[in-house]
Amino acid sequence: MPYFGGMPTKRKVVIIGNGVAGTSTARNLRKYDSDVEITLISAESKYFFSRTALMYVYMGHMKFNNIKPYEDWFWQKNRIDLVFDYVEGVDAAGKKLRMRSSEEIYYDELVIATGSRPRFFGWPGQNLKGVQGLVSLQDLENLEKLSPPPLKGNKDNLRAVIVGGGLIGVEMSEMLQTRGIPVTMLVRDEVFWGSVLTKDEGKKIGAHLREHNVDLRTKVELKEIKGTNGRVSSVITSEGEELPCDILGITTGVTPNIEFLKDTGLEMQRGILVDDTLQSSIESIYAVGDCAQIREPKEGRGGLEAVWYVGRMMGEVLGQRLAGKQSVYLPGPWFNSAKFYDIEYQVYGKVNTRTSEDHIQYFWEGAKNKFITVAYHPETEVFHGINSFGIRLRHEYFNKCLKEKKGVGEVISNIHKANFDPEFYKKWPAKFKADFENDTGIKVPNSLLKKLIS
Amino acid sequence: MRDKLLKEIGMSLFTICAFSFVSLSFLVDIDFKNRDLSDLIDSKHEVLANEISTLNPAPPVIMVKRLSETFGNYSQNIVNHSGISYDYSKKFALQLGNDPANFNEEFIASFFKSEFLQTKVLENTNWMIGRDWDSYEDFAQNFDEKVQYINQSVIAEFGISDTTYLLPQVMQAGAPDWLKTGIVALMIFGFAVLGGFLYALPLAFKHDGIHNDHVFHNKSQTRHYPAIIVFICLVVFYIVLYQLPAYLTNQVVLLTPVAEKLAGGASDRWFLYGFLYTIAMMTMGFKMMLKYKGNKYQQVRTASVLFFQIAFAFTLPQILTSFQLPAYDLKSAWPLEYTFFFDWRVGQYLNEGTFGIFLFGWGVLLFAVGVPLFTYFFGKRWYCSWVCGCGGLAETVGDPYRHLSDKSLGAWKIERYLVHGVLAFAVLMTVWVSYTTFTGISELLGISSYDVRSVYGFSIGFVFAGAVGTGFYPVMGNRVWCRFGCPLAAYLGLVQRFKSRFRITTNGGQCISCGNCSTYCEMGIDVRWYAQRGQNIVRSSCVGCGVCSAVCPRGVLKLENKGEDGRISENPILIGQEGVSLNI
Repeated sequence: MPYFGGMPTKRKVVIIGNGVAGTSTARNLRKYDSDVEITLISAESKYFFSRTALMYVYMGHMKFNNIKPYEDWFWQKNRIDLVFDYVEGVDAAGKKLRMRSSEEIYYDELVIATGSRPRFFGWPGQNLKGVQGLVSLQDLENLEKLSPPPLKGNKDNLRAVIVGGGLIGVEMSEMLQTRGIPVTMLVRDEVFWGSVLTKDEGKKIGAHLREHNVDLRTKVELKEIKGTNGRVSSVITSEGEELPCDILGITTGVTPNIEFLKDTGLEMQRGILVDDTLQSSIESIYAVGDCAQIREPKEGRGGLEAVWYVGRMMGEVLGQRLAGKQSVYLPGPWFNSAKFYDIEYQVYGKVNTRTSEDHIQYFWEGAKNKFITVAYHPETEVFHGINSFGIRLRHEYFNKCLKEKKGVGEVISNIHKANFDPEFYKKWPAKFKADFENDTGIKVPNSLLKKLIS
Repeated sequence: MRDKLLKEIGMSLFTICAFSFVSLSFLVDIDFKNRDLSDLIDSKHEVLANEISTLNPAPPVIMVKRLSETFGNYSQNIVNHSGISYDYSKKFALQLGNDPANFNEEFIASFFKSEFLQTKVLENTNWMIGRDWDSYEDFAQNFDEKVQYINQSVIAEFGISDTTYLLPQVMQAGAPDWLKTGIVALMIFGFAVLGGFLYALPLAFKHDGIHNDHVFHNKSQTRHYPAIIVFICLVVFYIVLYQLPAYLTNQVVLLTPVAEKLAGGASDRWFLYGFLYTIAMMTMGFKMMLKYKGNKYQQVRTASVLFFQIAFAFTLPQILTSFQLPAYDLKSAWPLEYTFFFDWRVGQYLNEGTFGIFLFGWGVLLFAVGVPLFTYFFGKRWYCSWVCGCGGLAETVGDPYRHLSDKSLGAWKIERYLVHGVLAFAVLMTVWVSYTTFTGISELLGISSYDVRSVYGFSIGFVFAGAVGTGFYPVMGNRVWCRFGCPLAAYLGLVQRFKSRFRITTNGGQCISCGNCSTYCEMGIDVRWYAQRGQNIVRSSCVGCGVCSAVCPRGVLKLENKGEDGRISENPILIGQEGVSLNI
């Protein structure tokens, strides 16, 4: 991006939000432009931390210091100015930010990376104390205040209900249980995380949660929240049952954190609309991460993807773009990962929740808590994607297969190359290949034989 | 409830045993009445033996002092009788007429009665004969200095020269017989181990997987007072073990029957230390096995270090000793095994014929060929976290403290200077010592090899590897020695960094920068720094314990041995997008 000369000061890029999207923007910008002034604003924490690791702080796996990916000297060394303050509003015409406790901040280019917040659905009583999601550092601090201190047992017999069975719901339930708090989880779908997992998978994970003493209720929704003295005391479910609780976790998804922009004149739907250069409807304003909504998403991708990796990739792209490089946001094949208690989950490509005319699935269980779903086109046999549970797979391998639109037989014939389990783990690929060939009738070429022929 | 009870019973048992163990130094008397000391004290020192047998019974903390005084008095008597006592030197001055000019061979021959004394005096003072002295005082001062040496020779000839060696043995002879039966040992060590097992048992009831819950809430794992107490106890134990071994007399004799069975000899402090080391590793190794159930790599690795500790470090040297062969831990490689080229050791090997030569050749091959070759194929982990005794203790007993290692860039800088500095020191020390070993000359470039090795032995062997290396577990993490001090780790690390197939692979773009890997890296490597940028981890310090991979919630890390192509990637690209065009 050519710089308009003549001005006495350096060009200044201001980034609102120091999560992974904002931080990646700042870092990549600095990497390719040593001149520009960079200001990184956050009202949450002065220093960047890994949001996905907040749970580990509560559980005592780490301290807050451990979840900061960079040491504190890093920012000054890279001349990234950190501002710990809240942005009240943006004056797009005057190119300045109204701040809560400091003076106005002027910018040449503005990056909005304010992420998202828990999505509430207007339940009666949702503002009671003890009702909360788990997205921000403040959410964690609130939860800590509500919980009994660690290692002292749950002396007051606190109880928790979690609404919504997604990734954050599982995290919250795991967290609360480390403090001895029993958890009831209300899930709208027929199985756990039914909006993403297949039925087989959802059932397995549901069973795993129950093994971990989660009282999982499927096809149950939240109707009403009751409280005493301003604090939550129970919830009424869609079945009319009243469940007493002292902590109510709302994990029914997140929504972009963009209210403070409503008078800015930015074009917004659920998020800030951006093109593939991550530019908003106003020329010098960009948006990345959870709060950015892609106008024309690629096929199979959503406009809003509130995922760590997406935020990081957007930040990389925008940082380089602001440094004058030709770069557009063009995500490759979908991937994601999570952990449900002791079961690690990875996905590469697309596995739908159910089969359809152009998408069928093969479910395979290798051992307890180790299973895989492979999706492919029934006629062309083109590989669509893979969900794996309790088995680690190599990203590079599937990224290549998906980009080259390989046939499922070929993908599976070399799947041993994708085994990323630690050494000495029981090898599963041979059995998987044989079972797949037997069960689906799709030929899995013997790679050794192929090697000999070619 | 059940888990809490098991842990409390286990901890109580262990604590009671630990207290009983320590209390032996304070509460159980050493008694020399009716003890036969003739094996230890030659009949010509009957007076000493009698003197000792009249000492009132007292526990080791008091008896050590009494016994040293007895030895001291005996030596003083020898000096008074056969050496140059204070009165005798007064008489000497008088006879000399306070004139140095009178001091000559004839004077010596006439003044000193015994032939031995005459010879020694002449040996030490013949340079003083016929010199121009400024004054008599000047002469007397020099003479008095020499008297010290002369008297030492007298004690060596007529008395007991090496009391530091004899004292612990005499103490052992005075230890009560009921301690030596093995029953007390079985009680103390048996219940301590049982306590450890009970404490670990609740892990068996957990689901497979990583459970680091409350590590940072636990006072004993976060440098609070329980950790400080353990820290002080460990450091004090090492100081007593190395510098004041006689205080451990009652503890040492506990193992008498075990030592007799295994090595055919008496127990000593090093036998006690080896025994404690091994049972501590076994107990905490059991805990590791339960903690990492579901993770085969951790279990196999733990089984391996336990095997090498029990078979190679503890049992084998004892068996060799029982066959009157040089005790040698076959897995211990120079320069960690820094005494390897010492004259007494090389002499021991060469005097032992074929078997001795085999041992010597084995040791040389191990560090010259084995170390680089295995490290090329598997990384330094083959040694540091699969075989090594120090590593074995760190990985078992030290495991609860692994998150305490400093991950800062500053700590990494200090580490590189220190560990390579120790390697350089070890190499230089070996050059000096080998020169002495193979030429018989003790000085090289004006520096005595005995001085060099005693400085190394004290500063590195005792302070760094022992007191700091293990004592500092609860405050600086379990690999303080391995990371900052071990010269073998430095050597293995150089090979691993520059010529090896080993690396930790990061899985494309899946890292969420959570920090579990860095936090639980015992070597203080900031694993996340690499993982979040999709870069292979190739670091000289990595011991390949595999815990970063185990604690990763997203399956991002894998320890691999593969071809060297692409092993070191300076400009990694994260997988997952095609939009970025880099013009680097």
